[in-house]
Amino acid sequence: MSERIIELRDIKKSYGQVYALGGVDLSVDRGEVVGLIGDNGAGKSTLIKILSGVVKPTSGDILVRGKPVSGWSAARSRDAGIETVFQDRALAVQQTIVRNIFMGRELTSFMGWLKVNKEIEEASRLMREIGFTSKVFTPHSIVGQLSGGERQGVAIARAIYKQAELIILDEPTTALSLTETAKVFHFVRQVRASGRSILFIGHNIHHVFDIADRFVVLDRGKVALTAGRTEIKSAEDLINFMEDVAHPGGLPGLHEDAEQGAQ
Amino acid sequence: MSKAMEPDLQTPLGRASGQVAKKPAKEWSHPSNHWLRGFVIDNRAALGTLAVFIVMMAVFIIANPTVFTTWYLYSSVLTTLPVALFVVVPLVFVVTCGEIDLSFPATMGFASWVFALVVQAGYDPFLGIAAALVTGTLLGFLVGSLVVYGGLSSLIATLGMNFLLRGLIQIINEGKSTALTGVADSSAYKIFSSQVWGIPVQIFWAIAFVVFSALLYNRHRFGAQVKVVGDNPDSARQMGIDVKWVRVKVFVFVGIGAAIAGTFSVMINFTWWPTAGDGYLLPVLASVFVGGTPTWGGIGTVVGGAIGAVTVSFIQTGVVAAGLSGFYVQFFNGLIIILSLLGHKWNQARYR
Repeated sequence: MSERIIELRDIKKSYGQVYALGGVDLSVDRGEVVGLIGDNGAGKSTLIKILSGVVKPTSGDILVRGKPVSGWSAARSRDAGIETVFQDRALAVQQTIVRNIFMGRELTSFMGWLKVNKEIEEASRLMREIGFTSKVFTPHSIVGQLSGGERQGVAIARAIYKQAELIILDEPTTALSLTETAKVFHFVRQVRASGRSILFIGHNIHHVFDIADRFVVLDRGKVALTAGRTEIKSAEDLINFMEDVAHPGGLPGLHEDAEQGAQ
Repeated sequence: MSKAMEPDLQTPLGRASGQVAKKPAKEWSHPSNHWLRGFVIDNRAALGTLAVFIVMMAVFIIANPTVFTTWYLYSSVLTTLPVALFVVVPLVFVVTCGEIDLSFPATMGFASWVFALVVQAGYDPFLGIAAALVTGTLLGFLVGSLVVYGGLSSLIATLGMNFLLRGLIQIINEGKSTALTGVADSSAYKIFSSQVWGIPVQIFWAIAFVVFSALLYNRHRFGAQVKVVGDNPDSARQMGIDVKWVRVKVFVFVGIGAAIAGTFSVMINFTWWPTAGDGYLLPVLASVFVGGTPTWGGIGTVVGGAIGAVTVSFIQTGVVAAGLSGFYVQFFNGLIIILSLLGHKWNQARYR
């Protein structure tokens, strides 16, 4: 039995009278790729914000490696080894690549003075790993000068710097070209091979089906389905299920909590 | 990780530039690799400000070459300029953070009032300076908390605080000033306000402050976080930065700078006036923006701001020295501000 990296228990989040999440259970194990799918307004973004500590849940428990956490925040989430690549990439576009990679996690010596050389060194290494082979961009390049795919690369470089245990990828393939999408997939497989976990959020069901070991379908703030590879044989199964959820009338018997897919 | 890369995915992420990437690195070198070019690009705002200053001075010197060789002109600028520098520099941090602080003149007045009270009561001026610094820190914290935790617009809230604090000073003092004749004999005066080789010693303290702040801005976590918060507060929050606390800290920094500035101005004049600091509001703001820090936040330049302060303080002296009447001063102030802004707009691209 692999270790449970994070577990959400009965998470509820309301904005005033409106419930964005109405009691969600979600867990990610070590070395697992979980695909999170759901229509617009299903609560995906809220769930990600809760995981990354940006938003606090109205009620419910968060367990990191089996232990309940208190005072959950973005800083706590990152300290717990959870890194998020947000859909908007969360970059400061007027700053250099170095400053973005080390945003909120500056390498400092005594009294908070920056280890400038060390940061540049580490940033160049990460840029090579991510695939910035072009000499045009140095760690000093301004992020605003980069293309969408390259910005995604900077956001991913920031996420992998600290050897995070769980990387949350929020719609990582949106607005990327085929080559760039292939690169993201390659990255996901590398992360899984190194024994770390990914929570992959996607609009494109085919993308999610290709990459994930386990699927979680969110619908109107509730988990409508948790299923492994054994239950879901094809992307069409998922699409059919999504359609059934959107237009109720004859749900397939997939509501039971599924075991993790064989691999 | 790169070893595991699949062969067909060797091109850089998002950049369809196979040919460029495959060329050996030696053949291919970007112009920005040259150190001078890199230096110019990194510091173009500050260098632009310097160019404005040089052109302005050239015009004045051509108009009247003789006056500009007299030392008195520079000496008078060097007496008042340091006071401005102590507030211009922290304001660069505030503007970079995406905020504005208009309450610093009242903080200058308030902190220097505390200094004057302590000295008048017969205590050592050093103790007065410490008391002024504490006052400035507390007022900065008060203003910052009001803006940040109260969720108020910094433009309006600090304007209000400026009136409020100044009003408080006026109510209590009823317009009366405080003479501090004893200060001239103190060791604090010798250290902070005397002359060395005919040069007012304040300028050395001000330069040290500018250098320290420039390091703080470019080489310290504080500066890095100020820039990120001003650039994209949501991202900063998502990456675990305490955005509110960073914002409060820049206001505290202004409070400290204003306290130093106020104390220096009192020590120069041997007198504390209830209006102390009031005259600095517009010149200091002008200096920050003439210096090349844009209004939208995220980027800025401390050294540029300092050069901006030098430029602004030379306008008045220069106009009069060039043989024009004092009525031209405001016109030239406006001209320099507008020309600088146009120059910076052309000089800086804004990335979104």
